[in-house]
Order: sequence, then C-alpha cells, then structure tokens
Amino acid sequence: MPAVALLVFREVLEAALIISIVGAATRGVPRRGRFIAGGVGLGVLGAMLVAAGAGLIAGFARGAGLNLFNAAVLLAAVGMIGWHVLWMSRHGRQMARDMKALGGAVQTGDSSLRVLLVLVALAVLREGSEVVLFLYGMGAGGIGTASLLAGTCLGVAGGAAMGWALYAGLLHIPMRAFFRITNALLMLLAAGLASTAAGLLLQSDLLPAWGTQLWNTSGWISNGSLPGKMLGVLVGYNASPSGIQIAFYLGTLLLLGVGARLLREPPRPAHAG
Amino acid sequence: MRIPVIVFLALSALASRPSVAGASEYSLVLKDHAYSPSELRIPADTKVRILITNRDATPEEFESTELNRESIVLPGQTVEVFVGPLKAGHYSFFGDFHQDTAQGRLIVE
Repeated sequence: MPAVALLVFREVLEAALIISIVGAATRGVPRRGRFIAGGVGLGVLGAMLVAAGAGLIAGFARGAGLNLFNAAVLLAAVGMIGWHVLWMSRHGRQMARDMKALGGAVQTGDSSLRVLLVLVALAVLREGSEVVLFLYGMGAGGIGTASLLAGTCLGVAGGAAMGWALYAGLLHIPMRAFFRITNALLMLLAAGLASTAAGLLLQSDLLPAWGTQLWNTSGWISNGSLPGKMLGVLVGYNASPSGIQIAFYLGTLLLLGVGARLLREPPRPAHAG
Repeated sequence: MRIPVIVFLALSALASRPSVAGASEYSLVLKDHAYSPSELRIPADTKVRILITNRDATPEEFESTELNRESIVLPGQTVEVFVGPLKAGHYSFFGDFHQDTAQGRLIVE
C-alpha cells in the first residue's frame, strides 16, 4: 500500500502542479472550473486508452514508440502553453483591468480556455497512463483491491493537496503583477517540458547530445528528491543536463519571450482611461 | 551452412542501422522484479546502448533520476536506452514500479 500511494502521489503531483498554474493563470475567467475539470476528465480517459494501447504504441519505431509518444505529448503541451502565453501578452492587461473594474469577472473568449483544457488533458494523460500501467501490474501481482484502492486514494489526495497549496499560494500575488507572474511561470513550465522532451528523444538517440553532464548539482538538489521533482516540473530543474536539453529550454524561453514582446497590446491612449 | 548465413545477415542488418554504429551494446533483464545483472560496467566517456528486457508478466519502468532516463518496458518486450558519454562514477537505476526489489547501478570506469 505505501508503495502504491507513493508512486501515485509522485505522478499526480506532477500533473497537479501544472493544473494549479493553469488554475491561477485563468483566475477570474468564467467557466474555467468546468474547462479544467473537463481537461482532467479527458486526461483520465486518455490515460486509460494509452495504457490499454501501450503494446501497440510501443511497437512503433523499433520499440521506441512509447518514448516518442511521450515526447510528442510533451511538445504538444509546450505548444498549448505557447499559444496561451502569446494570447495573454495580447489580452492580459485588459484582463487585469477588467478584474479590477468588474470585481473579478473577466469576459474573455473561449479559445484560450480550450487550449488550456487540452494542456490539462495532456498533463493528466502523460502521468496518468503511467499510473494505470503501474496499478494494472500491481493488481495482477495480487496486491488486493482494498490495498490498491487505499493507496491510490491516498496518493491522489496527497498530490492534489500539494497542487492546491501551490494554487492558494499563487493567489496571494498582488493583482498588479498577477498575470505577468503567471505568464512567466507558464513560460518556465513550457521550457522545462521542452527540455524533458529533448531528454526523451536523446534517450532514443534521435537528437545529438551537444555535451552530456554539463554540470552536476545532484549534491545540492538531486533529481530524485521531492524538491528536485517539484522544481523539475515547475521550472525544468535538472541536476545534470545535456547540451540539447539546455538548448530546448533556452530556445523555448527565447521564442515565447520575443513572441510575447512582439504581440504585446499597444498602450491605451491616455484619454481612454 | 544455413545458420552462419542467417547470423551474418542479421549482423550486417544490425551493423547498418545508423544509431547502433559506434555505440556498444549492453543488456539488462528484469525477472521477478529485479535486474540482472544488477551492476553493469560500462566505459567512461563513451555512448552506449542498453537493452532492457522485461521477462515478468507485468509492466515495469526502467528509471534513473541521476541519468535522466525513464522508459516503460512492457511484459515480454525490450526497449533500448542510450546513455552517455558519462564521467566515471556510480549511477543508480531502478524499476519505478518495484523499487523495493528492482535496484541496480551503472559502474562507469
């Protein structure tokens, strides 16, 4: 049971951290709860489908199919975040103004919410499919339903609680800087996911390494520790990265940073206020 | 007479695969949720290809947080994971789904 709870906790935590940033980034947007819940639901469904079809997926690309699939999921998530970040750089100020003026209700198009729904679904799908495969194996190994269920509930509750704590913490950011900070968090998240995707492609020898073990901060925070894992999800922390991972990380930040600057909404004329 | 021909063909097919060229090959087998061998010696500063085969009836995930590697290995299947070039040292790996038994380390020298 503790082994089940621990693994489920770790996987749920990763998805929960991403969802909590999405939750904060959509603060004040009507019907966002329904979209986020929809994303989680679709993600769980997708996770079961992926786990059921894992044998099929694994058969592609000389057995590297699952690896490539995971990399594709991560890169799609990066694309979703990128879309939202660029959209926000256009509309973020208006949103913050609306929140002040209307006491929290922001009128905004559904298109960005749909993108975030897909992002949440991808995050849940990626971590969830691993959980499903694990639970299936545990069940087949004869651990017993009660133990399996208790461990799963405990793990989900623990991971969700951590996500909730991050969300509650983010809400304390002053409104003035709020969307600027959630946007920056989303950019770091995207950069980290891109770097992880590069690592997966490197693992299958589909990318050049551009140097391995460029530095090593394992003695400070190791990848396997809880802080290491959380920082890994949130800002792409990696104790011992390859050159290609750093290139993907910085490349994502650069693309989104430059894109956001180019798309930034023009300052309003003085008389319009 | 036949068998050497087949072996030769298989070897040449293997050798012609671009990713295999230049990376020597090592194998790990998962059985009863444990790695065998549990210690794998590989040369330093060299990229190697590790083949991980799961002989158990349930899925496993080969993982090494130190090496930034993770790969699901379904029952009866083999996955390949490239690692390195690595500095000399010890790097642990484990089976994420059975961490109490599936533990091993890479000895790079």
